[in-house]
Amino acid sequence: MTDVTVRADDAIPAAEVEDVELYHPKSWVTKYVYCQDAKVIAIQYSLTAMAIGLVALVLSWLMRLQLAFPGSFSFIAPTDYYQFITMHGMIMVIYLLTALFLGGFGNYLIPLMVGARDMVFPYVNMLSYWIYLLAVLVLVASFFAPGGPTGAGWTLYPPQAILSGTPGRDWGIILMLASLILFIIGFTMGGLNYVVTVLQARTRGMTLMRMPLTVWGIFTATVMALLAFPALFAACVMMLFDRLLGTSFFMPSVVELGSYLQYGGGSPILWQHLFWFFGHPEVYIVALPAFGIVSDLISTHARKNIFGYRMMVWAIVAIGALSFVVWAHHMYVSGMDPNFGFFFATTTLIIAVPTAIKVYNWVLTLWRGDIHLTVPMLFALGFIVTFVNGGLTGLFLGNVVVDVPLSATMFVVAHFHMVMGVAPLLVIFGGIYHWYPKITGRMLNDRLGKFHFWITFLGAYAIFFPMHYLGLLGVPRRYYELGEMAFIPPSAATLNIFITAAALTVGAAQLVFFFNLAWSLFRGKLAGSNPWHATTLEWQTPQTPPAHGNWGKELPIVYRWAYDYSVPGAAQDFVPQNQPAATGAAA
Amino acid sequence: MVIALIFALIVIFSILFHFLSPWWFTPIASNWRYIDDTIIITFWITGVVFTAVVLFMSYCVYRFRHQEGRQAAYEPENRKLEWWLAIVTAFGVAAMLTPGLFVWSQFVTVPREATEFEVVGQQWQWSFRLPGKEGQLGTSDARFVSPDNPLGLNPDDPSGQDNIVIIGDDLHLPVGKPVKVLLRSIDVVHDFYVPEFRAKMDLMPGLVTHFWFTPTRTGTFEILCAGFCGIGHPQMRGNVVVDNEADYQAWLQKQQTFAQLSAPKKQ
Repeated sequence: MTDVTVRADDAIPAAEVEDVELYHPKSWVTKYVYCQDAKVIAIQYSLTAMAIGLVALVLSWLMRLQLAFPGSFSFIAPTDYYQFITMHGMIMVIYLLTALFLGGFGNYLIPLMVGARDMVFPYVNMLSYWIYLLAVLVLVASFFAPGGPTGAGWTLYPPQAILSGTPGRDWGIILMLASLILFIIGFTMGGLNYVVTVLQARTRGMTLMRMPLTVWGIFTATVMALLAFPALFAACVMMLFDRLLGTSFFMPSVVELGSYLQYGGGSPILWQHLFWFFGHPEVYIVALPAFGIVSDLISTHARKNIFGYRMMVWAIVAIGALSFVVWAHHMYVSGMDPNFGFFFATTTLIIAVPTAIKVYNWVLTLWRGDIHLTVPMLFALGFIVTFVNGGLTGLFLGNVVVDVPLSATMFVVAHFHMVMGVAPLLVIFGGIYHWYPKITGRMLNDRLGKFHFWITFLGAYAIFFPMHYLGLLGVPRRYYELGEMAFIPPSAATLNIFITAAALTVGAAQLVFFFNLAWSLFRGKLAGSNPWHATTLEWQTPQTPPAHGNWGKELPIVYRWAYDYSVPGAAQDFVPQNQPAATGAAA
Repeated sequence: MVIALIFALIVIFSILFHFLSPWWFTPIASNWRYIDDTIIITFWITGVVFTAVVLFMSYCVYRFRHQEGRQAAYEPENRKLEWWLAIVTAFGVAAMLTPGLFVWSQFVTVPREATEFEVVGQQWQWSFRLPGKEGQLGTSDARFVSPDNPLGLNPDDPSGQDNIVIIGDDLHLPVGKPVKVLLRSIDVVHDFYVPEFRAKMDLMPGLVTHFWFTPTRTGTFEILCAGFCGIGHPQMRGNVVVDNEADYQAWLQKQQTFAQLSAPKKQ
């Protein structure tokens, strides 16, 4: 058997962080606005991320309308289309997914799940949110700047990102880079907090190998982000210099619309290396928290321990480490030395092994479980389908020679949306349905939740599954219209209309979700402290929603791992982590 | 029950879509049939995995759905099973990677007999340059670009004078002969993409990139730009015409050299 359930007495007690007077809220403003409580910061992060996410949603509608009915809408010019796709991508990856998983879920769950009173640096944590908000505002400002936001594509490849053939070359790109720089500064403040809190502020008995996988996922993702974001930070500063001061970090000698420019000696491929050294870990910065959260959702709602906990932890860590040596698989046809292809294809496909282990362990957790098909569980199951689908198409694109025909086609768009768009978003929704009762004290409406799930899941699959085949045919991405192409049959246009119809439907279904969030806040069924009968510490707080300081007078003591569900001989089908061994069954 | 059925139906729908969909590779026109074969192998392996995982999941949802009195099993680990699954997965991955790397080694090994020509990208048109009688492509630099010299050839380099320059017209290639494509951009990143050839490569300003292929059938094929290059990206089109040897030579005779193109303007 396992050694994940070592005795609490063997563990080193956590250091209690000294109480700081300034930290306690005294007025409405310090309780809800300039607040240092991680739970409030989490909600601020989440609401901001969802608000800017709605912008990205509307942008996706507009670009889908253009692709289905090219030229039919006077308000979508080609420049607009490129600005829409750029902003949609950037918002979704950075300002929504990263911020929501780490700033939202991370802030709310880490202190509660490890049994801490709060993050270890509450003031820095608060600053982190305000700088994030500033980054979002700078991003939004670029929509109103002369020339509009940048339309360079979310990868911002130079030279075009700063040359006049690209929309938003005047103000848009400068604001974009400034916003990214701010985001990274804000994130670093939050990220250091999450890492130090996990390492230093775990309560007595909460060994690393007893932590819920949610914490493992968020923790590993944060460590990765702290290592990956600096590459993007440096790259953004360098590009700003190229744009504003005339340096040539990324600029070889080039011509801009016929006239020779005073640049020379720089390397555009250097940007690609720096961008993807950040960009590939970024995929897992989004995926690992999703892996962690979905593990806990599946385990809780199947009333069964997560299968192969230790393997799951090591898989998270291995994926995190490997993801730093695969970045150039985004650059197989960039013109870098083609011999790099051998190395990066091999490392990329090796990642499939720990990732597959995680998938097996999720479905094996269902095996011989007691599956409650609650809304969070439905989203978790939907995640498995879309993640397996999107992960497997990654094996096409990672396998260097297969990537050659498929790169820069709609196959790539379909792949990354399925694997790092749809799949993590399903987990975010599942997570919100799961933890909303703890955050607000009320349940989200079940009927609306099921409606939301089925439209979102089936709709998203209908959008992105057929899209792969357009890419196989050779339809390139980043074309605002296909025009006449001999190799593209007219049926492809019909498929584009179908995809757009599905996209509009899925988008509209999100309004149901937002309605549910607002309505249930006042009218939802009262939840009680532990509506899902879960074992982890956040469900064992003395108050629901948890009060400032989380735990009342005494910190909880942890006696067992996070997955004591359906323990033979136990009175209930779950044993909370803070229940002493004498009253629960020995594991 | 219904939920398990829906998950199973997704698998069935996906498989049917795969086999019945009219959207598939364009008919190949180069030697890179191996790339298509590797994609087919990958489709089979990943298709089997997807089907197995999702059907297993839907079976579990059906078989172990909550019912009165059901209790879940307590089984934290099963190292034997976990290792077996990891090993089987590793073999599956190797089955895709190995042929992939073999084909890649062909892709990066340009045959000795391949003839060179150059593709030049600029916002937003394709131009081409072929070596002349001396068989050398002259040097070039973006600083030489002017209305008279749109490709930026070095006017002082004698080996560039006989180069054949094609601007705003179709490229012709002889069928059955391997070609090494040298790619150069004078402004931003572009990507030379002919779907029927399968192979593609970026044009990276500041570098000369390359790839090779052998056209295997005659015909006219569209060139697209597959590297986002600004507002005119979708309009950056061209044609490559694959000829038999006689037609190719006839076409070649009609083309003008760099010296011919720039000569009248020098006077």
